[in-house]
Amino acid sequence: MSETLTVPETVILEVFRYRPEVESEPTFDSFEVPFHPEWMILDALNYIKDDLDGSLSYRWACRMGVCGSCGMLANGQPVLTCATYLESLLPGPIRIEPLEGFPVIRDLVGDIGDFMNKLSDVKAWLIRDEEKPVEDGEYLQTPSQLDDYKQYSMCINCMLCYSACPVYRLEPEFIGPAAIALAQRYNLDSRDEGAEERMDVLSQHDGIWGCTLVGECTEVCPKGVDPAGAIQRYKVSATMDYFKSLLMPRSSS
Amino acid sequence: MNPGYRLYYPRWYRKRVPIFWWLHKRSYAVFIARELTSVFVVYAAAVVVALVLTLNKGEPAWEAAMSRLSHPLVITAHVLVLFVILFHTITWLNLAPMAIVVKLGDRKVPPTAVLIGHYGAWFACSVVVAWLLLWR
Repeated sequence: MSETLTVPETVILEVFRYRPEVESEPTFDSFEVPFHPEWMILDALNYIKDDLDGSLSYRWACRMGVCGSCGMLANGQPVLTCATYLESLLPGPIRIEPLEGFPVIRDLVGDIGDFMNKLSDVKAWLIRDEEKPVEDGEYLQTPSQLDDYKQYSMCINCMLCYSACPVYRLEPEFIGPAAIALAQRYNLDSRDEGAEERMDVLSQHDGIWGCTLVGECTEVCPKGVDPAGAIQRYKVSATMDYFKSLLMPRSSS
Repeated sequence: MNPGYRLYYPRWYRKRVPIFWWLHKRSYAVFIARELTSVFVVYAAAVVVALVLTLNKGEPAWEAAMSRLSHPLVITAHVLVLFVILFHTITWLNLAPMAIVVKLGDRKVPPTAVLIGHYGAWFACSVVVAWLLLWR
């Protein structure tokens, strides 16, 4: 044995509690959970729910960083709790809170309805003027065309970027990082023809121009989507379109 | 028990955003600093515009403006403004590759090339201005 690390036996989690039937203001409950180096924050929360307090409410599903359900604040930083080791936040106490920017329904569960509506507002799906008949085969794409949007398609809708975005917290009308990145994902897809439709929603003040480029969305994204970059690229193309229409008012696009 | 609670009626808790939210994280503070430096960019632009307008008012007005600008306090202040504007320009240019993604055929132009292009253009403009002011 070369070196023995001092591994604590337990770690304290300070968990945000809000039980609307009991209290009008949230409180924090402290829980002592066993420390295992392979445990994620979510494992500790599951331990609390199973063994210490069954009334704790939070969302989770896949445990492997693809469903986007378990986003929370750990010591103030938005993270996927299934992908953040307890060990990375030692010695503790570790403070667990719901994502900021969303009204809290109960404990660590936020109301994400606003984001869901925005996702459909920006038409984050393939739009075609005319579908070609099935007999004509697939819509083919080169690796380079795939590369144009692939990064943005990695978004798992975990909303960590909304939680990190001060603009969204101050002005909830702002469409926000993930929805704009996903709109851009379809705009940059060679099979899509809906860029103009989306521009109507996104070129508003509450759309791309609401972004002041704090850049924290990109910092916290667990999937490397770079929503801040997507929004700035969108600003550039919207500006180019504007000047094009000014210089060539008769061109069709 | 919470007396305001009624069964089946949701009672959301909404956290208020504090006025000094931008002091809570270093990256937010840097962002606000960058935003505030735009005030100094506006100031510098206003000084240049004012000087151009003074040119139109004849030589005595111009001489008066020049003597005001050469006051040691004004010079010190303007040196500070220069550094603030440099901070603004550099942080701004560093963000350029994020917004500008250029494709030549099938290949993406690397972000460093976009960055070098921007700094190159800045340098070229500065050389032209310096040539106009100092050597002509």
